[in-house]
Amino acid sequence: MSRVKIYVPRETTAVSVGADEVALAIARHAKASGNIVQLVRNGSWGACWLEPLVEVEVDGQRIAYGNVEPEDVPGLFDAGLLEGGDHEKRLGPINEIPYLISQDRWTFWRCGLTEALSLEDFQLHQGFKALQKAWEIGADAVIDAVTESGLRGRGGAGFPTGIKWRTVADAAGDQKYIACNADEGDSGTFSDRMLMEGDPFGLIEAMAVAGFAVGASKGYIYLRSEYPLTHMILTRAIATARDAGWLGNDIQGSGFDFDIELHLGAGSYVCGEETAMLESLEGKKGIVRYKPPLPAIEGLFGKPTVVNNVVSLASVPNIINLGGERYAGMGVNRSKGTLAFQLAGNIKRGGLVEKSFGITLRELIEEYGGGTASGRPVKAVQVGGPLGAYLPESQLDTPLDYEAFTEIGAMIGHGGIVVFDDTADMAQQARFAMEFCAIESCGKCTPCRIGSTRGVEVIDRMINDENRDENYDLLVELCDTMEDASLCAMGGMTPYPVRSVLAHFAEDFASGGQE
Amino acid sequence: MTDQTPDSISRIVQGFDAKPEMLVQILQSIVQTHGWIAEDTIRQLAGELNLSRADVHGVVEYYHDFRTEKPGKHIVKICQAEACQAMGSRELTTHANAAVDADTTIEAVYCLGNCACAPAVMVNGKTIGRVDAARFDALVSDMREAD
Repeated sequence: MSRVKIYVPRETTAVSVGADEVALAIARHAKASGNIVQLVRNGSWGACWLEPLVEVEVDGQRIAYGNVEPEDVPGLFDAGLLEGGDHEKRLGPINEIPYLISQDRWTFWRCGLTEALSLEDFQLHQGFKALQKAWEIGADAVIDAVTESGLRGRGGAGFPTGIKWRTVADAAGDQKYIACNADEGDSGTFSDRMLMEGDPFGLIEAMAVAGFAVGASKGYIYLRSEYPLTHMILTRAIATARDAGWLGNDIQGSGFDFDIELHLGAGSYVCGEETAMLESLEGKKGIVRYKPPLPAIEGLFGKPTVVNNVVSLASVPNIINLGGERYAGMGVNRSKGTLAFQLAGNIKRGGLVEKSFGITLRELIEEYGGGTASGRPVKAVQVGGPLGAYLPESQLDTPLDYEAFTEIGAMIGHGGIVVFDDTADMAQQARFAMEFCAIESCGKCTPCRIGSTRGVEVIDRMINDENRDENYDLLVELCDTMEDASLCAMGGMTPYPVRSVLAHFAEDFASGGQE
Repeated sequence: MTDQTPDSISRIVQGFDAKPEMLVQILQSIVQTHGWIAEDTIRQLAGELNLSRADVHGVVEYYHDFRTEKPGKHIVKICQAEACQAMGSRELTTHANAAVDADTTIEAVYCLGNCACAPAVMVNGKTIGRVDAARFDALVSDMREAD
């Protein structure tokens, strides 16, 4: 019997619900039953609700089995797993699953498809083609393509990537850096992690392309410490790329030098803010810097630095391969291309959905997400992490478009969508927004450092029904101050979720709050 | 987790070529090896990295990961962020606090990035998803068995 390929993701979510145990059970059972199988540890396709998702390659087609538990393995073998046999957990061919095939997979196309840590598999799937093309067309043409694509920063700020790269390329400096922001701290987001775990070489290539474009010979990845599996995968991928001559001096004889250093964060949310991240990369407290100077002019160690989010960078290789125009052809208005939306919280079919901008929240939550996990009505949806507004049901038809969200006092941020059902106490969620800011504030500016603590106190008084009207006015005034006078988005946007609760869920303050 | 000694700390510092700009990485490595950062270690780091004690102390104080008290034998982090809140992490935390022994340190963490399979916890460095009270109790008994 020939070797049958069985795919079991090595990705945090899959592993968190038993993928390693399933892989082990498959290996053991295959051995005991005299079958030869090749276990492939791919990334996740992003259908988290189906994890652990096992695939078996039969006649060149990958047959998927969902929510596989170690106890299912003997039964699966009995049902003819190796021939794609029928079983209650069989989902059919992976490329016929509606959740996946209806997506616009531009950035995540290799995630799930390839063996994450196989350089060979990566190169069989366009790996390093964009870097080679970049060498051919030259740095200017690379930046032009990125500019033309309309790609904006996917970390949350939405700043045009091409303009940032041009600024760094034009800045004077003997040393320039690429700093990849992998401090994905927003609740409800995991797209950076999935990309790094499922396509680590894709990020390495993207950083090298960025380095070539702006004239940087060194890159840093600032990875949050809450992602230990990602750390292991990236560490191995960087070493493999270096051994194969895709990182280091004179890469593949091109004359281009580029290497990557992987740094770990230490549990500080505000280090996701670009200047705090640079401070942390320099070994210091993650305290926000004043801007200007912009990091593009004076960034890491005072040198011109491109600070880009993981997904922004990873979107670039295909922009080089397929052309900026093609990317710009997707999306709506000034929100070009795709975003990897992440469906999280109280949702039936949570996971990563890469779609062109313009899709509505309702489509994502109902058609992809299948509504709440609890089966109860949706009460609120927080988009864009802890600094994002809570949207009521009536706003779910808002198209996902940076400007459309700004208009309703919300933000898309890093694309995290957290669903709450009707049991949620929104007064507590407003309180948490302030509490989180108090815990995570770097302390540099007063509105954020002090305002957040005062915010918790004012909300507590409202919940306890003390001078409600007076405290309401005070809270609004406090939100104004934080928004207008904070140094960065931490204090400046904490009012977003608070104001949205006041606007849409004020009755939760009246209901007595704490249960 | 082993006890921190001047030698073990020096080895970690040398692993980062005693560069002061690697302080955050050095401290992270110390926490991963020893579980916490002792006052003597702060003094030693200041000396070996040519930084002031205030500099090192400031960095240690700033980051949540850098514990300055020895943790229990087991460390359980429970995500307290919004996606897990939406799936009952507050109730899970109340349950967890009552379910563990004194040798287990429970800590808050703000997002493990496992938000589609909430609530999430991290037990001794391993992320686990879809954790309800029963699953948590099973995790606790696994921990005790491993002792």
